[in-house]
Amino acid sequence: MLVQVNGEDRELVEGATIAQLLEQLELDPRTLAVERNLQLVPRAKHAEAILAEGDRLEVVTLVGGG
Amino acid sequence: MSIDTTTTDTLTIGTHSLRSRLIVGTGKYASYQLMGEALDRSGTDCITVAIRRERLIDADGNNLLDFIDTSRYTLLPNTAGCFSAEDAVRVARLGREILLGIENPGADWVKLEVLSDTKTLLPDPVATIEATEQLVADGFQVLCYSSDDPIVARRLKEAGAASVMPAGSPIGSGQGVLNPNNIRICLEYLKEGDPNYPVIVDAGVGTASDVTYAMELGVDGVLLNTGIAHAQDPLLMADAMRHGTEAGRLAYLAGRIPKKLYATASSPEEGTFTAKPR
Repeated sequence: MLVQVNGEDRELVEGATIAQLLEQLELDPRTLAVERNLQLVPRAKHAEAILAEGDRLEVVTLVGGG
Repeated sequence: MSIDTTTTDTLTIGTHSLRSRLIVGTGKYASYQLMGEALDRSGTDCITVAIRRERLIDADGNNLLDFIDTSRYTLLPNTAGCFSAEDAVRVARLGREILLGIENPGADWVKLEVLSDTKTLLPDPVATIEATEQLVADGFQVLCYSSDDPIVARRLKEAGAASVMPAGSPIGSGQGVLNPNNIRICLEYLKEGDPNYPVIVDAGVGTASDVTYAMELGVDGVLLNTGIAHAQDPLLMADAMRHGTEAGRLAYLAGRIPKKLYATASSPEEGTFTAKPR
């Protein structure tokens, strides 16, 4: 199944969740936020959020800014 | 009247109380290491941060959070780079989610920036008001980056902004406070019947005297980034900005003398024994 993560195509197994995606990316879920098709998915829901073909995900974190 | 400004003169914005009246940005430093030292030297206890895509390729990329003591600073997430109310609301919610994850008290507020033009980075006043209403309804305490237009400032307060933050001059321009009269009118309108309503000059500050001048006008605080980050010596400039903020605040509280066209002698006239010109 093909999804888009931060603008890039990524192949995932059917039924993969947001929690599994973050694990695959080796990212600490505490320091980031995930948006799926323009909707925030709260951290507590990552494990149950099953991704679908064509989902567009944004995985964001804090950077320096004014 | 004597005021110990180091312990009693706090800056209150919504439910947040800050010891320093200087809010400092974390962008544009040569390194995160230098940023960390500059923040320390500035005396601030509130720092702004931006929300951006996680870099998925460079796993070794430095993370801002490795250089910030999040138990020391209240983070103020911004919506910088947003050009619509819709995007600003999205980014604000993402910021809140991250700050909840790191258990920082800044999770319930946001520095709202809705820009309208990439060249001037001037705010879009209509979209800023729209986004303010939506974010307030969603439980945020909203600090609004605005132009120095007193009417827009008043509308933002009416929309529920916890603070209105008029720009001294365009972001990163270092031009200082270009229209002090507008800042004065903003202060008058926003504090009318509500003297503790916080007004912060955000953007355009280039050097310590700019901060001092803004504080002397009676604003409650100054938010700056580039003035420190791009100074030739950011650490020295952080010191200067800290002192500039304190000097301006003290001078405002002290009450300056009125400006007069002609001189008034400081030494007594009485007892002079030397000849005067006619």
